[in-house]
Amino acid sequence: MSMSSTASRTAELAQSADEGAILAARPLALPASLWASGPAIFASLAWIGFGLSCLLWEDLGDWSRTHELAIAAFVIAAGILVAAPNALRLGRFGKGLQLRAPWLLALGLFFTLWEVATAKFAWLPLPFFPPPQAIIEVYTDDLPKLLVSVWASVKLQLGGYAIGAAAGFLTGVSIGWSRSVGYWVHPILRFIGPLPATAWLPFAFFTFPSSWSASTFLIALATAFPVTVLTWSGVASVSNAYYDVARTLGAKPSFLVLKVAIPAALPHVFVGLFMGLGSSFAVLVVAEMIGVKAGLGWYLQWAQGWAAYANMYAALIVMSLLCSGAITLLFKTRDRLLVWQKGVVKW
Amino acid sequence: MVALAIAEQELPAAAGASLDVEAVSHAFDIDGAVLPVLDNVSFSVKASEFVALLGPSGCGKSTLLRLVAGLEPPRAGILREDGDPIAGPFPSRVVVFQDPTLLPWRTVWHNVALGPEAQGILKQQRHRVDAAIDLVGLSTFRNAYPHQLSGGMAQRVALARALVNDPRILILDEPLGKLDSLTRITMQAEIAALWQRSGFTTLLVTHDVEEAVFLANRVIVFSDRPARIKADIAVDRPYPRHRGDPKLVELRHEILGLLGLDATW
Repeated sequence: MSMSSTASRTAELAQSADEGAILAARPLALPASLWASGPAIFASLAWIGFGLSCLLWEDLGDWSRTHELAIAAFVIAAGILVAAPNALRLGRFGKGLQLRAPWLLALGLFFTLWEVATAKFAWLPLPFFPPPQAIIEVYTDDLPKLLVSVWASVKLQLGGYAIGAAAGFLTGVSIGWSRSVGYWVHPILRFIGPLPATAWLPFAFFTFPSSWSASTFLIALATAFPVTVLTWSGVASVSNAYYDVARTLGAKPSFLVLKVAIPAALPHVFVGLFMGLGSSFAVLVVAEMIGVKAGLGWYLQWAQGWAAYANMYAALIVMSLLCSGAITLLFKTRDRLLVWQKGVVKW
Repeated sequence: MVALAIAEQELPAAAGASLDVEAVSHAFDIDGAVLPVLDNVSFSVKASEFVALLGPSGCGKSTLLRLVAGLEPPRAGILREDGDPIAGPFPSRVVVFQDPTLLPWRTVWHNVALGPEAQGILKQQRHRVDAAIDLVGLSTFRNAYPHQLSGGMAQRVALARALVNDPRILILDEPLGKLDSLTRITMQAEIAALWQRSGFTTLLVTHDVEEAVFLANRVIVFSDRPARIKADIAVDRPYPRHRGDPKLVELRHEILGLLGLDATW
């Protein structure tokens, strides 16, 4: 209301209608953009604060990346400051920035607090709680070892997960479809399935020729159980009406399995794949900590053994990014395959 | 309009088949008890005839349709299509169910293409799929998913999915039962026109006496479960028919009497 009355008053003063519109737009434009970029400006201030907190006091320990960290913080602060008022011109990036400005603010404050509480005043006991520059130092100085570990973990996880998912899917479809397969496999599944895959560790490590194959087996096992159960329940719950329709239209049993049962069961299958992913991560880390001499789990163990706590946190962050990335990938695949569903949950 | 003209030329091909139902009885086992649903039912449908099956709810009409479709074998008796015993489902006898039962993961086009695809002849029949979708007036929705369609549109897709197979016997199991009354009236006229143009034999199960007399050449009235034939009434009126036709109104009254509902008249 007040905006429109302001506009009409300015319009009366103006010579022409066009001029009035320009005049009316001007007083509104500035506060609007200021309001929109307000959180971003505070975020920028928080990052400047973080940079200053790195430089104001002397480090209590011997860390070599403090200055670089401060420079990085100032660069980020400047970036936010420059981008914020131009958000509209930056398209999607600008919009994302505006949307995430409160998070950037919170992060800036968090890093400042972290820096002060560890490197500067050691409010948190020091070797156990390293400052941000110590973690940056790991990423710059220990990168090759970290990358080798990441690659080892990804390889192991991908192999085991793919085998487990495929085996679980095929078993699930067979049990769901064929009564005689169900008769034989179902009791085995009930007996073995609920056993945590990690309970197989001792067995796996002396039966399999290498720790790598043993771990692959364990990861596959952890993945296969939820995938099997959910694929099976998905296939079993397909409405008979779909089969009736397809049969009257001339479908053979193979068509019923491939083109009716499996697509109908896919939403369930993806729940199984999601659960399997979670439990296989757990097995991966345990297997790497105990048997495999490579991978992020092993890196964690090694870092802890040497009291290299910064390395441990650095590995944890990488691990979290990888797991989260894997789940994002799975959800993206699902969203693409299941566009026909209404209201799919967003990750 | 051009698309519709092509559809009219291409869709109707095979003429209707005759259907003989000979002394058919059927029953279900429910928790060990035997529930008889059809009791010695016999009737014949001539090629290209439109027969409506009418009866109280749950009397076994839909079961009879499942037997005609070949989805189940009868406990006793035999069903014949053009003299040959019906042993299983075959695309010459296609069912449109009360629910459209479209496969939700397939677009309209791929739902209609289901029959040709299942029979492995989709490559040669792509144009027939297009024609069937045009015929039911949904060409702008060919890429839509079932959850994006209204009830009437979904049922039209189900109709197209049946027609694309060039059925000789079209089996309609209360296909309009769940639609709103306006859509139902429109689709009744569409079904009558389709049937006249294509010449397939049609079996329609319905609860709606007006629908039965408006569409069918013959109305077979069933008793309560187990279903027996109570009456076989010819509806000898030319098409296109009018709902207000006094002869149809009279028949409707007569049939409601047979169903024990004439007190409401």
